[in-house]
Amino acid sequence: MSQFMINMIFVAGSFVIYTWIAIWARAKSTREFYIAGGEVHPVFNGMATAADWLSAASFISVAGLISVGYVNSSFILGWTGGYVLLATLLAPYLRRFGKYTVPDFVGSRYDSTTARLVAVVMLIIISLTYVIGQMTGAGVAFARFLEVSSTVGLIISAVVVFFYAVLGGMKGVTYTQVAQYVVLILAFTIPAIYLSLQMTGHFLPQTGFVGQHLESGQPLLHKLNEVVRDLGFQDYTADVENKWNMFLFTLTLMVGTAGLPHVIIRFFTVPKISDARWSAGWALVFIALFYTTAPPLASMARLNLLESIYPAGTEQAPIVYDERPEWFKNWEVTGLVKFEDKNNDGRVQFYNDKNEAFEQGTAAERGWTGNELTINNDILVLALPEIANMPGWMIGLMAAGGIAAALSTASGLLLAISSAVSHDLIKNTLFPQISDKTEMLCARISMVGAILIATWLGINPPGFAAQTVALAFGMAASSIFPVLMMGIFFKRINAKGAVAGMLLGSAFTLSYIFTYLGWFFIPGTNSFPNTPEFWVMGISPLSVGCIGALINFIVAISVSYATEKPSAEIQKMVENVRYP
Amino acid sequence: MTDSKEASNKAYWSANLRLIVFCLIIWATVSYGFGMLLRPWLMNIHIGGADMGFWFAQQGSIFTFLILIFFYAWRMNKLDKKFGLEE
Repeated sequence: MSQFMINMIFVAGSFVIYTWIAIWARAKSTREFYIAGGEVHPVFNGMATAADWLSAASFISVAGLISVGYVNSSFILGWTGGYVLLATLLAPYLRRFGKYTVPDFVGSRYDSTTARLVAVVMLIIISLTYVIGQMTGAGVAFARFLEVSSTVGLIISAVVVFFYAVLGGMKGVTYTQVAQYVVLILAFTIPAIYLSLQMTGHFLPQTGFVGQHLESGQPLLHKLNEVVRDLGFQDYTADVENKWNMFLFTLTLMVGTAGLPHVIIRFFTVPKISDARWSAGWALVFIALFYTTAPPLASMARLNLLESIYPAGTEQAPIVYDERPEWFKNWEVTGLVKFEDKNNDGRVQFYNDKNEAFEQGTAAERGWTGNELTINNDILVLALPEIANMPGWMIGLMAAGGIAAALSTASGLLLAISSAVSHDLIKNTLFPQISDKTEMLCARISMVGAILIATWLGINPPGFAAQTVALAFGMAASSIFPVLMMGIFFKRINAKGAVAGMLLGSAFTLSYIFTYLGWFFIPGTNSFPNTPEFWVMGISPLSVGCIGALINFIVAISVSYATEKPSAEIQKMVENVRYP
Repeated sequence: MTDSKEASNKAYWSANLRLIVFCLIIWATVSYGFGMLLRPWLMNIHIGGADMGFWFAQQGSIFTFLILIFFYAWRMNKLDKKFGLEE
C-alpha cells in the first residue's frame, strides 16, 4: 500500500469519528451550546482542555523550537506553568460565578457594559490572531500528507469544524476534542518512544533524556553537546546571559496562558467547583504528557538529524549530496530543506557559519566555505518518521495527529469568538429581550461567520498572523488575566478601574510590540530594529506582556481607589464567588 | 449573614489565600529559581545526564506543577468540607 493511501486512511478514519461525535452531541439549548450543559466529567474536560491547548504550532513547531537548546526552555515552562495560575487564581471562582463567557464575567462583576465590550474586543483580537495559525497549520498538514493544495486542505478542515461546531456548540467541540486529544498524543508520543528506544534503549523518552546514548556510551546530553560544539553551534545545555529577559518572557507566557479565553471557558463546563479544581489538574496531566515528551524528542531528533548528515561522526566528511537519503529529497520539494554547494565538493556541510572563531579555525581547515544546508526547525517533527526510518503507519498517524491538533484548537477558539458575539454582544448588549431559541440561532450564525472569516484569513494571512506569541499572549497577559484576577481577589476594584486597566495595559503592550515589530505589523514601520541593543532594559517585545499586566494592575487599583466603591450588591457578588 | 457565618467565611478565605501563596512560592522556586536564576549555582548537582537547573527547566518544573495543582485541589476540597461549604 502506498504511503498516500495509509495517510488517507488515518485522516479519513479520524474524520469519520469526529463526524459521528458531532451527530451524537448536538446542542439543544444555549446552555449546551455555550458550556456543554455544565455536565462534562472533569477528566474529559481535562482532555478537551489539553486538545484545546495543544495547537498545530505546538504539535509541529515546539520540538523544533526547543531543539535550539536551553534558552528556549521558556516555552516549556510558560505553556505549562500557566495552569498553576489558572488552577489557583481563576478556574474555580469563574466556575462558581456560573456564567457562559469571559466577557460575561467581566460585564457582570464590574456591572458595566463598557467593561463587557472592551473584554469582547480583546477576546476577538486574541482569538482571531490565534485561529489563523491553526487554519494555515491544518492546510500545511493536509498539503504535505495528502497531496492537495493547502487552500483545499484548509477548506476541507473548515467544513469538518463547521459540522461539529455549528451543530454541537461546546458540547460537540468538547467530545470531539477528547477524541482529537487521543489521536494527537498517540501521534506525538509513539514516534518519540520509538526514537528513544533506538537512541538510548529507554522506553520512556523522559528517562532516555537523562540516560546514556547507546552508540557512544556517553550521557545523551553530553553527546549532543559534543556534536553541536564540533559544528560550531552553542552547547545544547549552555546557560543564557540575559536571564532577565528569559524570566519576563516565561512570565508573560504563563500569565498569558492563564488569560486565554478559549482555555478559561473550558472550566465553565464542569458540574462543580471541586470538579473545576480537579479538572485543571487533569488538564495539566494530559498537557504534561506532551510537554515532558517534547524536550527529549527535541534533543534526540536533533542528534539523529546531525548523525544522518555526518554518518561517520562529525570529525569525518558529511554525506555526498547525490547519495542523500530519501527524506532529504522529499522535504527539498517543500522548500523546508535547502542545499547549496558553496565549495563545490558535492558534500553537504552543515555547521554554524555565524560563529566567527569556528569559521576561521575548523571550517577553514576543512575547506568549508559556508553552511550549505538550511533546515526549517519544523522538519524535526514533520520528517522525524522518515529520518528515523519508522514504519509507514507512523507517518499516517502523524498526519492525523497534526490535523487533530489544528482542528481542536481552532474549534475552541471559534467557540470563544462566537459565544462572545452571540451572548455578550447580541443577547446582553443589543437585544436583551430575545428568547433562548433565538439566541441559539444567533450563536450558530455567529459560529458560521467566525468560521468563514477564519477560513478567509487562513487563505490570505495578514501580517499579524505570524505574531501569535507576541500578540495573543501579550494581550491575554496584559488585559484579560488582571481583570479576571482582580475581579475575584480585590473587592474594591470598580468598572472605571477595570476598563482603564485593560485599556492602558494592552495599549502599552501593543505599543512596545509595534515599536520593534512594525506599527500594526506593517513591515518597515518599526521605530527601532528588533535587536537586543535597542530593547529598553533588555526586554524583548515578546516578553513585555507581563509588564503590561503590572501596568494594568497599578492603573486599575489607583483609578478604583480614586473613584467610588463598587455597590453593595457587587461586593456581595464577589463574596459569593469566594465561598462555594 | 450572621456574625459566626461571616467569621467562618473569613477564616476560609484566609486559609485559601495562605494555600495559594504557598503553592505559588513553590511554583516560582522550581521554574524561575532552579530552572533559571539559580541554575549557575546548581551546575554540580546532576540528575542523570543533565544538570539540575536544566532538568528543572525542561522536566522537573512540569512534574512539580502537576503535584501542586492536585495538592491544591485536595486541600481546598478538604477545606470546603471542614467549613461546610460543599456544593
